[in-house]
Amino acid sequence: MENTSTLRVPASVDELQKTLRDELYVADRGLAMSVYLALKLKRPLFLEGEAGVGKTEVARALASAFGARLIRLQCYEGLDVNQAVYEWNYSRQLLHIRLMEASGSTDRKEIEKELFSEEFLIKRPLLQALESSGPTVLLIDELDRADEEFEGYLLEMLADFQITIPEVGTYAADEPPIVVITSNRTREIHDALKRRCLYYWIDYPDVAKETQIVRSKMPEASQKLAGQVTAFVQELRATELYKIPGVSETLDWTAALISLNENELTPSVIDDTLGVMLKYREDLEATRGEQTRALVNRALNPGTRRGRRRRG
Amino acid sequence: MASGPDGHFLNNFLLFGRLLRRLGLNVHTGRMLDAINVLDDIGIRRRMDVRAALRTLMVHRREDIPVFDEAFAVFWRQRKDRLSSLDLRSMGEQRRYRRIEAAPPPLDGADGSQPEDGAAADRIDLSRTFSAREVLQAKDFADFTRQEARQARQMLGSLHWNPGLRRTRRKQPGRGTELDVRRSLQRNVKFGGEMLLLQNRRRKEKPRRLVVICDVSGSMESYTRMLLHFIHSLYAGLESRVEAFLFATRLTRITKQLAHRDIDQAVDGVAKAVPDWSGGTRIGGAVKEFNFKWARRTLSWGSIVLIVSDGWDRGEPEVLSDEMRRLQRSCRRLIWLNPLAGREGYESLTRGMQAAEPYVDDLLPVHNLAALMDLAAHLNGLSDSWPVRRQTPPVPAMKEEVAVGAEPSQRSWHKDANPTFRHPTWGRGQQQD
Repeated sequence: MENTSTLRVPASVDELQKTLRDELYVADRGLAMSVYLALKLKRPLFLEGEAGVGKTEVARALASAFGARLIRLQCYEGLDVNQAVYEWNYSRQLLHIRLMEASGSTDRKEIEKELFSEEFLIKRPLLQALESSGPTVLLIDELDRADEEFEGYLLEMLADFQITIPEVGTYAADEPPIVVITSNRTREIHDALKRRCLYYWIDYPDVAKETQIVRSKMPEASQKLAGQVTAFVQELRATELYKIPGVSETLDWTAALISLNENELTPSVIDDTLGVMLKYREDLEATRGEQTRALVNRALNPGTRRGRRRRG
Repeated sequence: MASGPDGHFLNNFLLFGRLLRRLGLNVHTGRMLDAINVLDDIGIRRRMDVRAALRTLMVHRREDIPVFDEAFAVFWRQRKDRLSSLDLRSMGEQRRYRRIEAAPPPLDGADGSQPEDGAAADRIDLSRTFSAREVLQAKDFADFTRQEARQARQMLGSLHWNPGLRRTRRKQPGRGTELDVRRSLQRNVKFGGEMLLLQNRRRKEKPRRLVVICDVSGSMESYTRMLLHFIHSLYAGLESRVEAFLFATRLTRITKQLAHRDIDQAVDGVAKAVPDWSGGTRIGGAVKEFNFKWARRTLSWGSIVLIVSDGWDRGEPEVLSDEMRRLQRSCRRLIWLNPLAGREGYESLTRGMQAAEPYVDDLLPVHNLAALMDLAAHLNGLSDSWPVRRQTPPVPAMKEEVAVGAEPSQRSWHKDANPTFRHPTWGRGQQQD
């Protein structure tokens, strides 16, 4: 590469997979392929999946793998241009007006020009991402929380990676940032936006992958504990729950067990710490006691394991 | 995958794209070009890689992933002979293109509403129209003839649906209480920054979404057709702000099928999509399925839920209670429409109804056109405040006694929804909680 500030796209999917592994992110081949193509085609990557399966983590791992700057925009309902793109610094503008008055300047045109210059511009994440020099990862997190109006705006920005501020001019990215959009799918994102992106559905990992994740993120967990924890969580996911625990819950739970110096799963330990994973009262009540014992039994004697239940 | 000469592969590839489009995937030409470039890069030796690459490029929704995988497996399979004999129909290719049968033809002169000949016939017909409409409005859907159903459909189309507005968190200029600093400053620069004209902004309002969950089990059979028309007219009136589901033993989402402008095509598509038409009823199971699968995706931002059912439930009443409680907590307003509630002296005696009722904000009849008009009026008149709900509703008692002077005043009622019902446990107060 002639320029050190541009992003070096890995030569192959395998290389990318390995790079991500070095960042402690265990990506299966499908996900690695999607990321690879997103880098290659310079398209936004649209990641959907249940909460806590590591969507946001992809952006983090990418940024640190490529030494890129990570700019994150957390979405919420009512998110508007002032919060996402830019805002004028009103207090400074007012102060400036007073100063100019004091110095006797009264030329209206002049005042206006100075007030709406870049000096008084507060740059929000989207503008920052366009402006930043060097490789940048723009993470637009939980887009499903934002409303349709914002989606429309985003569509415009993703189309040609430029933003126009009427008073100042147009900002265009020298090198388009790597865009990662995530959604928990609490509502459908509009097709027009999805069409511009590469799509990947992140599923819950299987036992082997989840154990790998726990082992790499929590090296202090023994092989035994990691294996038992993931086996139990996998069984737990197969039961009927309102909110199925994600990978992040597995990690939290492992951390909790480690801090309690527990090296082995027993029904009583699980019942005490179940709140780390299950956040609904109904789920807790259904699982505590009998169910816990049954799940532990199945998890520790894998001969009887059933197939994982899929959810639409 | 056998990689033939380039032209051969390209041709097949374009065919594959066309297949995906027929299956309902949104694959545009630009994406096809992308895919070809990509395949150049990653090669077509590893089947799994090709599938992963094409999937990420051509699929935009999770629902489409199995469709894509299936199509991929079928289309790019190893063939002994070189002939292509794909029968795409086996993959549902024609689902969306099938010519759908038209409405049942009007029965000739069955009720004399068609003018035979001459002005006299016309005049008689006109004079009858008004009263005929009234009769039709009061007539129970179950007693409709085909001809009447057709007329009723037209009247349904003229109903105005408006489930009210919700205040969003987006702000817009207007007479609100909050100062719009940005616009104020812009306006006041001409005064040298002296804040003379203050601009305010207020919360933007948007229409609420409506979710309809309709029972099509055997006991509802005589109402089903008219109810589907009702749901379709809701959908047509509110555009995309309606989600609709049908259930007997299982829950089926029919929102997509409703998108047909033509009501007969829509109803036909719905009938094909529902596997358990006129089956037994498991209301609790259906509501549970809704809570698990769909609530998070359809109830965001204060939706109103309409459940249409007569309450004949073969499932466990405990399941229904639990799931109704949960559903009520996650929606803005839970309205139960019961065709039986329109009958003289109706009381909620079915187990299902008794289990569900404590968690219902409004129970309204839905047996004739007049009831639907009342429903429309009720929706239009919903206040912006939350319905008053008890923290812990009473455990429904399976007794048939009716409390005297039972109706608590805080429960909101649509006055014209006649007759109302009384819950056996109302008025016996909180002592049982």
